[in-house]
Amino acid sequence: MKFKLSIFFFFLFILMTGSVISQKASIKGKITDQKSESVYNALISVSQSTLKTKSDPDGKYELIGIPVGPSKTTVEVTIKAMGYDDFTFTVELEPNQVLEKNIELTDGVKSFEEAIVIGYGTTRTKDLTGSATVINEKNFTQGSMSTPEQLIMGKVSGLKINTNDGAPGSGSTLRLRGGTSINASNDPLIVVDGVPLDNGGIAGAANPLSLINPNDIASFVVLKDASATAIYGSRAANGVILITTKKGSSGESPLKVVFDTKHSISTVAKYADVLSGDSLRALINRIGTPAQQNLLGDANTDWQRLVFRPAYVTDNNVSLTGGIKNFPYRLSFGNRIENGLLLRDQFMRNSVTLNLTPSFFDNKLQVEVNNKLVNTRSFFANRGALGAAYFDPTQPVYSDTSLYGGYYEWVGANGNPNTLAAKNPLGLIRQREDQSDVWRFIGNAKVTYKIPFVNGLKAVVNGGIDQSEGTGATLTDSNSASGYFTRGSYSQYRSNKGNKLIEAYFNYNNSNGKGNQFLVTDLTAGYSYQDWYSSSPNWAAYNQAKDSIIGPAAEFPFYTKNSILSFYSRGIFTIKDRYILNASLRYDGSSRFSPEARWGLFPSVSAAWVISDERFFKNYMKKINMLKVRAGYGVTGQQDGIGDYAYISNYFVGTQTAQYIFGPDTLLVFRPSGFDANLQWEQTSAINIGLDFGILKDRFSGSIDLYQKTTTNLLAVVPVAAGTNFTNEILTNVGSLSNTGIEFSFNAGVFANKNSRLDVMGNASRNINRVIKLSQLEDENSIGVQVGGISGGIGNTVQVHRVNYATFSYLVYEQIYDANGAPIQVGQQATIDINNDGQITATDKWKDIHAYVDRNGDGVININDRYIANKAAADWFLGLSLNYQYKKWSFGLSMRSELGGYIYNNIHSNSGTFQSVNGTQGFLNNISSLYYEDEIRKIATNQLLSDRYLEKADFLRVDYFNVGYNFGKLEIFNDKVGLNAAFVVNNVFVFTNYSGLDPEIGGGIDNNIYPRPRMYSLNLTFDF
Amino acid sequence: MKKIRFSSILFGAAITLAVSTSCKKQLNQSPKYGFNAEVVYSDPNNYINVLAKLYSGLSMTGLSGPAGAGDIAGMDEGFSAYVRVLWNLQELPTDEAVCGWSDPGIPALNKSEWNADDGWIKGMYYRIYYQIALCNEFIWQSRDEKLNERGFSQADRDKIKTYRNEARFLRALSYYHALDLYGNVPFVDANDRVGAFQPERITRPELFSYIESELLAIEDELLNPGIAPYGRASKSAAQTLLAKLYLNAQVYTGTPRYPDCKTFCEKVINSGAHQLDDVYQDIFLADNHTSPEIIFPVVYDGLVAQAYGGTIYLVNGAIGGAMIPANYGVNGNWGGLRVTPQFVDKFQDSTLDSRYLFFTTNQIKDFTEPDHLSQFKYGYAFPKFKNKTKAGLNGSNNASSPFVDIDFPMFRLADVYLMLAESALRLGDQGTALQYVNLIRTRAYFTSAFNVSSLTLDDILDERARELSWEATRRTDLIRFGKFSGGDYLWAFKGGEVAGISLAAYKELYPIPNADVILNPNLVQNSGY
Repeated sequence: MKFKLSIFFFFLFILMTGSVISQKASIKGKITDQKSESVYNALISVSQSTLKTKSDPDGKYELIGIPVGPSKTTVEVTIKAMGYDDFTFTVELEPNQVLEKNIELTDGVKSFEEAIVIGYGTTRTKDLTGSATVINEKNFTQGSMSTPEQLIMGKVSGLKINTNDGAPGSGSTLRLRGGTSINASNDPLIVVDGVPLDNGGIAGAANPLSLINPNDIASFVVLKDASATAIYGSRAANGVILITTKKGSSGESPLKVVFDTKHSISTVAKYADVLSGDSLRALINRIGTPAQQNLLGDANTDWQRLVFRPAYVTDNNVSLTGGIKNFPYRLSFGNRIENGLLLRDQFMRNSVTLNLTPSFFDNKLQVEVNNKLVNTRSFFANRGALGAAYFDPTQPVYSDTSLYGGYYEWVGANGNPNTLAAKNPLGLIRQREDQSDVWRFIGNAKVTYKIPFVNGLKAVVNGGIDQSEGTGATLTDSNSASGYFTRGSYSQYRSNKGNKLIEAYFNYNNSNGKGNQFLVTDLTAGYSYQDWYSSSPNWAAYNQAKDSIIGPAAEFPFYTKNSILSFYSRGIFTIKDRYILNASLRYDGSSRFSPEARWGLFPSVSAAWVISDERFFKNYMKKINMLKVRAGYGVTGQQDGIGDYAYISNYFVGTQTAQYIFGPDTLLVFRPSGFDANLQWEQTSAINIGLDFGILKDRFSGSIDLYQKTTTNLLAVVPVAAGTNFTNEILTNVGSLSNTGIEFSFNAGVFANKNSRLDVMGNASRNINRVIKLSQLEDENSIGVQVGGISGGIGNTVQVHRVNYATFSYLVYEQIYDANGAPIQVGQQATIDINNDGQITATDKWKDIHAYVDRNGDGVININDRYIANKAAADWFLGLSLNYQYKKWSFGLSMRSELGGYIYNNIHSNSGTFQSVNGTQGFLNNISSLYYEDEIRKIATNQLLSDRYLEKADFLRVDYFNVGYNFGKLEIFNDKVGLNAAFVVNNVFVFTNYSGLDPEIGGGIDNNIYPRPRMYSLNLTFDF
Repeated sequence: MKKIRFSSILFGAAITLAVSTSCKKQLNQSPKYGFNAEVVYSDPNNYINVLAKLYSGLSMTGLSGPAGAGDIAGMDEGFSAYVRVLWNLQELPTDEAVCGWSDPGIPALNKSEWNADDGWIKGMYYRIYYQIALCNEFIWQSRDEKLNERGFSQADRDKIKTYRNEARFLRALSYYHALDLYGNVPFVDANDRVGAFQPERITRPELFSYIESELLAIEDELLNPGIAPYGRASKSAAQTLLAKLYLNAQVYTGTPRYPDCKTFCEKVINSGAHQLDDVYQDIFLADNHTSPEIIFPVVYDGLVAQAYGGTIYLVNGAIGGAMIPANYGVNGNWGGLRVTPQFVDKFQDSTLDSRYLFFTTNQIKDFTEPDHLSQFKYGYAFPKFKNKTKAGLNGSNNASSPFVDIDFPMFRLADVYLMLAESALRLGDQGTALQYVNLIRTRAYFTSAFNVSSLTLDDILDERARELSWEATRRTDLIRFGKFSGGDYLWAFKGGEVAGISLAAYKELYPIPNADVILNPNLVQNSGY
């Protein structure tokens, strides 16, 4: 229904825009400053049109094609330039007139006056008392992006964004000022055009955010501290990211069409360094057992190069922007086809957005309608093939039989596939079809009504929905080794999710645009209701022929729903235009808690002082045009990431494969789930102190923020006393943790002269995370909560949440090295005199020597000897972007660095030992070349938990480099078509000492990741 | 103007209030599928499904078979199966088994090097208390006054009363394992409701008395053996558990109770409901639910009761080296479990004793180096459990999955015979002892030619090893005979050495997991840990 509506609007607009016939006029001239020096890069725009231009290095500008009526038309022209006051003039233009107008700009500080979107409204940047960062289109990451958050990677201090891997459409992990929780969500709240998104996964989509086309985004506002986010209360503990999409231009303006096309080649930046067929053969023939030697083949197969490929990516977008009378619109279409580095991997996205921002009754009633409809179709190549590097390289790709599709596979004595062995990586990819089709619609309608008779009072009603449906099917060939025992497999899935939002608020503001009032009051009060549901059917899994069930359906479909009801209010008081006080209060009720514990109150208060507006300051500190100090305190809540019904005792029905049999009867089982009737809001209180400054007319500007966030009633999964619940571990409110940090950010116009200009934008953040308490009863000897499962054996963990340490600290043994620096191996026997009798005898040799330091000195090496060595999270996050313009050329560069984090190299510890060659269970694996570093081979058990495998994760990544050229209006198209061309390289280079594939590993444990591609793109933007 | 502003606000407040009260109801959400306790227990037909979960707590690991929505958190789901953890704790630290895997805690069990943070020790402990918590809830929900409140018919009430007594049996069984493995443990009963509290500690002799009183109370209330559907606990199951309790009373309380053991063994035997199977091997096959010998099984099925634990582990885990999985009715060769040479040596005769079920091709009997533990070819393989029917056919999985149909014989008649023989011998009645031991030997050899004419206690222990091998009773037996700790009797990897060394006496009890000692200040760690 709503999809049809969008299509209707689309045609409506095509008709309307086509019918507008207008005549044109031009204005040209030169822009100078008070010293008569030309002003470069000033933005010249005309009211009621999208027409814009920038002054050239000589200050000259030319605005061609201003739409005018048949007789004289009055137009308003505005000139904006950094460091100058805005300049506006009106002229009367006749058709075909070319008006010449030179303009002198006066120095001023205007960036300060810009409006910034905050929760439920906008405010002047100057009036901002909290910590917030705006990133506009011009500062976005360049290149071909599949998901929106990548546009601001490394651009915002305190906001760490790491792509999870290099798969097409893959998501990212966003952490603002560290994580405030352990088991509840640590993701910031993302609000698109006023609709808070459901961040949960959608079946069939690699990442829910991949269903938003980055090309439609106009700006991001990142609200960081509690005084800015508390208005979002319940869901804002990890910060809020407000995304605003592009809108139509106000007033009457002709249709403007922009066509943007990007073509890229993705390449594998680095392959895992593993042994070649010859090297593995040589090694096994030298030190392997006869059983291992018998399994060797005589091929030399490079499995990685068989399953990875260079891939083509294209992204095409058309947007139509304009305004008809009071009916501005923007309609855009996007298409992206992204082939993954892994063979057969593909992500395709089609998107339509339609934004309407009409106003009625003399602007008294303003309506904003945003519609985004996106469809993605993905083919997921079998991720099992990511382990290609470790498949035995001495084996051929194909066997000489037709068994298992002709692919070489490890088989047991009776010729059946070996169930423990890895499968042929190429076979895994070729013999599985995994396709998905996902639709998502995000739409909202916001109506703002300026209430008559009361100046400055308006009522706002906003309703939004976010609906998605993901469907897909996975099919494994019955002829494949992995499908052999079940005769293939076929399973279908579907997930429906949605959330709806209804909110209404009143806003009163008495500034009325009259300027210098003694007290400006801005009051907001409102209410919002939002609910979320998620459902999926209970479908069985079948064999390929679909004639037998291999995985029976669950007894019931899946359905879950939760809701939040909120009341909020905020007051901003600006005294003498330089003392600003902001207070907010939000009251949230969540269906996830019992009626007694349901409601949470989240207050905030903050203040700012614009020192630079004080007379004493103006007189003495002329070079500093702006100086503001801010301080704020606020409390936010968290309930995302916990189950919808975790406070109620519920029984669930087991599957048909987990029944029990009483005599002749087979019975489904009913199981009570563990619950905590006293579950309540996790709360984070935060203090923020900040300083904003601008020097030399904002040529150099920046901010410094200090913060401390303390989470109490921490939602964490902890053990419960045995016998007291229907589980041994439960998510409950226990303990607290803190994040303390400092952030710097700056923007600098390093130089700007006649022909060139260099801008630098940088940021640095330091965050210290610490667990304060993690159990109901405090116990200093507690090991803590062990997390961070690793591969190699079952049940090994290498990380811990422990009091007084950062979350995800490493808990490992301290490796002992021999005189040559080689690690002592478990089970290695003494070549030293253990019994101190002065000679090495059989007794000495018989004794094993410790491979690890016996830290508690009790003579045994056990878990009590493990110690905390470093942590996964980095201490410092740095970002730096450069933009250089030379005449019509532009160059950009952006890089990001993380310092102080550590990685547990699971590839080295597991796949880098001779142990993992196996050979005792009828198959061989390849191993990492890291094996040669220590040749750990004698040991019975891998030394998985040794601190030897911790490595510094420090890196500096050059995210992109771009070169652009603005061709201006093209002569061959009669000067009607403009062209901007750019060449971009993404993921240019990584500087690191880390020995693995990529130091950017979420969670800090390095196993195989989907390699991040290095991408070369050609981008062309045509405007009509 | 002020007036208007005020009225606007009032108007807004009115709308807000109107909308919000309607939305407030939306904050009461409950699951659409799945139901809360009141709904479940309001229908008398649901009780048996909850009871099925109490039983399946011994076999399955979670709500979806073979894995998914696990019962026990914090460990690999397959590792958390009741029979699997019980088996590992009862067999790996003894002469009957070694496991070659390097998963955390496995080598420590083989080498008796565990500590209070080990995963397997936690796994068993939490599995036991998971069972107890579930049983307590069912016992509380099905007590007479609740059933009356719900207005059930007399027939329903009678039926549910039996279920309730079975739940008490299952709880007593788990408390028995707690008693045997951990000694002094937390105590919770049906009066303790779910929530944050710290259970009281119960000492080993007190717990002994509690289990005894529970079993005596329900003994006559349970269904008669032969009437009780296969899989459910009958009177004989409670009597066998009482016999086990009394047999080890000396260890648990310091006071021997052999006459009581004898009494309850005789009750089981005299019921006549169970007979020795004709063929020893048949008790461990895919269709062993037809065996007349099994008193209390833990039920598995290759299709409808799948988990990565229990007999699935005992079949797949024991296949490696030159063994072909399909010959054992599965597709997995997990290559972990073998036996020590000391256990092999318990068999005087490798061809005539039908209990000599070792696989020796390419296997080397003796261990001589520490890292032989991890290599499957050292130690004989022992495929005692096979997913083939008596007729030699495949189980329901058709050998194309690891999931087997073999039920784990938690209690069987041969064990009762040997318990009776042992208590008789300990009471000086050599005749009865010889009678029952020889019944077992006759079955094993298919002839009475190998019957014995005199018995020592050590002979009984060795007979138990041969007869009840890999049935999760070895550690308890060795402790009762004083051979588990100390240096009198050594086997490969005892105490951590390849040849075996003396083991400290405190290792006869496992430690209470540190995680629970920290949470519950009422608990006292077992000495030595």
